Amino acid sequence: MKKIKSPQELKRLQDQIQNSRDPEKPCITICAGTGCLAYGTQKLIDSIKAEIKKQKLDKKVDIRTSGCHGFCERGPLIVIHPQKIFYQQVKLDDVAEIIQETIINGKTIDRLFYTDSASGNKIIHEDEVPFYRKQMRIIFGMNGQIDPASIEDYLAIGGYSALGKVLGGMKPEAVIEEIKEANLRGRGGGGFPTGRKWESTKNAKGDLKYIICNADEGDPGAYMDRSLLEGNPHSILEGMIIGAYAIGSSEGYIYVRNEYPLAVNNITIAIKTAREMGLLGKKILGSNFNFDIKINRGGGAFVCGESSALFASIEGRVGEPRAKYVHATDRGLYDRPTCLNNVETWANVPLIINKGAKWYQGIGTENSKGTKIFSLVGKINNTGLVEVPMGITLKEIIYEIGGGIPGGRKFKAVQTGGPSGGCIPEKLLEMPVDFDELAKIGSMMGSGGMIVMDDRNCMVDVAKYFLKFLEGESCGKCTPCREGVLQMRLILDRITEGKGEEKDLGRLEEMGQAIIDGSLCALGGTAPNPVLSTLKYFRDEYEAHIRDKKCPAGVCKSLITYSIDKEACTGCRACARACPSDAIAGEKKEPHTIDLIKCIKCGACLESCKFDAIIIT
Amino acid sequence: MEEKVKNIVAKYGSDRGFLVPILQDVQKKFNYLPREALNALSSTLDIPLSLIYSAATFYKAFSLTPRGEYQLSLCLGTACHVRGAPQIGDHIERTLNIKAGETSSDLKFTYETVNCLGACALGPILVMNEEYHGQMTISKVSKLLKSLDKKVETDEED
Repeated sequence: MKKIKSPQELKRLQDQIQNSRDPEKPCITICAGTGCLAYGTQKLIDSIKAEIKKQKLDKKVDIRTSGCHGFCERGPLIVIHPQKIFYQQVKLDDVAEIIQETIINGKTIDRLFYTDSASGNKIIHEDEVPFYRKQMRIIFGMNGQIDPASIEDYLAIGGYSALGKVLGGMKPEAVIEEIKEANLRGRGGGGFPTGRKWESTKNAKGDLKYIICNADEGDPGAYMDRSLLEGNPHSILEGMIIGAYAIGSSEGYIYVRNEYPLAVNNITIAIKTAREMGLLGKKILGSNFNFDIKINRGGGAFVCGESSALFASIEGRVGEPRAKYVHATDRGLYDRPTCLNNVETWANVPLIINKGAKWYQGIGTENSKGTKIFSLVGKINNTGLVEVPMGITLKEIIYEIGGGIPGGRKFKAVQTGGPSGGCIPEKLLEMPVDFDELAKIGSMMGSGGMIVMDDRNCMVDVAKYFLKFLEGESCGKCTPCREGVLQMRLILDRITEGKGEEKDLGRLEEMGQAIIDGSLCALGGTAPNPVLSTLKYFRDEYEAHIRDKKCPAGVCKSLITYSIDKEACTGCRACARACPSDAIAGEKKEPHTIDLIKCIKCGACLESCKFDAIIIT
Repeated sequence: MEEKVKNIVAKYGSDRGFLVPILQDVQKKFNYLPREALNALSSTLDIPLSLIYSAATFYKAFSLTPRGEYQLSLCLGTACHVRGAPQIGDHIERTLNIKAGETSSDLKFTYETVNCLGACALGPILVMNEEYHGQMTISKVSKLLKSLDKKVETDEED
């Protein structure tokens, strides 16, 4: 591709691409995000391509493999344009029929439609599916319209217009002003005002300044950043280039988890093509502005999502954070002024420049503007990525978008903010979701993980899970975090083993506060949150473990016993076959029994029983 | 080995800042981080071996011992955890008779846990040599391990 030498030339190219495309031409869009690929979508893509070729439709039908559409629960997903026919859970066997019936004969295939569980209606179009209907997909919605490896696709939907606008006559100060006015806040978790960060970096002394995209998405249960990088890498690049222009930076880094190979691959392609077209590198769009980006892959350390640890890692050192009395905007990477923002924050930038701060301000709550992408996972019917305006209630997200709890079980808690966040009980579900509201109740926005739990999840076990996670991820530099988190976890071990004492709850609270006060970085500073929030809202569960030596949810092994309901057992022997320790005895068609001495409480019988005859008490 | 390490370093323009990605590539090449490779890195990049060792032991992704032919990674992200991943992990440990992070003595299996693979809709999720196995149950794991056992046996016969 030829280098674009001016914003005007960019506009001409965009128009040219748009005009060359026939909006009425059939296009089969296949979701090829990591979730759908894990379902085996690659074979489906190959099969669709082969079938199109076989039917000699290559010239008449486009095939687009896109990034994540968000509705991971129902993958593999296909959307057929221009009608926007939405097929879900598509199998290899369906391919020939889709091409013959829908593409050639123009008919739809009922069994591939999504069925609304509330009304029982079959839904034809993607945007009518309840999962999507309540969302506001201004950032994430672009994923479905583009092939991430194609810069033409991004240009065709107006991509790089914001960069054209900025380099076509906006002063750096004006760009910062726009971001400040939009009141964009950091999507990585902290919620710091992005415009102010940019301004500080711009005003800092130094010739060389860095721009960093933090894609070290370590929160377990959160994958929105990965899906943005995979599905729409150019939007991140465009945001970073605009940021670099605003603060006066010539070098940028994307620090991305090595566990995200597809994201690394797609962003590498995007950087290369952007460079070839003069959107990155020297004299961007013919101006005097130079900026280039390198990719640095992480080594699997959660703490490297913390800015100063991330800098250390990029410098090739061990990822240990440092105290923050000197701001990164003054001395960050290689001790030079550095502006670090998260993936989703960067993706918001082109949108704000294109549509204006006034428009952006119209979305969200008073102090939290715009949308937020959440990964809605755990015990929820519609697992997936959802983009919602700030201020929507948790209830709307969980029940209207998420479709509620599977298997008719009862909602217990929703965990937000990853290991730094807290567990929110049912009575607070009407609360609007924004940075400040979540902080008020002892949780936090975090990067956007939202893990739903039902009555079979033990809150003490969940708190212990997060402490164990953080114990393993603590870098070990400061004592409150290294030793404190370990000691808290040991107390929780005792409680879940039935050896807890009443005084333990006070100890946890006291120690939690000390860790918050004394830790060097945010990892330690927020580590006690999962324990403190569960102690606050689910204290009765802790007390049941301590006083009654019972785990009400039936999770903590030391406190539960397995038995068989004689009435419900049909004597099918399925559990006996599944049991790895030969603990289940009984003749065929006679109720079985469990030998408690042999039972290792592994749960294999529970999983194998189709008659709900296994009881945990 | 030194030659191979040098080639990897050259890809990164001998920039010391890329130590972690370089270690990733070295590990990919040799399946773990052999001592000789780290020595070679130290001299090529002009970084003391102690610093390379500290990075190699700090980051979870690296192994200083050889890893098995079949690498099983169980996701222990929160979504997988609440959907019963710990029981799956117990079952793998019991069946293979190794703990998480260990390799079987015949170098056939390595079992490790990872924090989140971001494929939460498929949780609990187990990755075997980069192949995803979703919505795992104890019985599905048993089947998978049995089929691998058979593969190991036929490999040995070959």
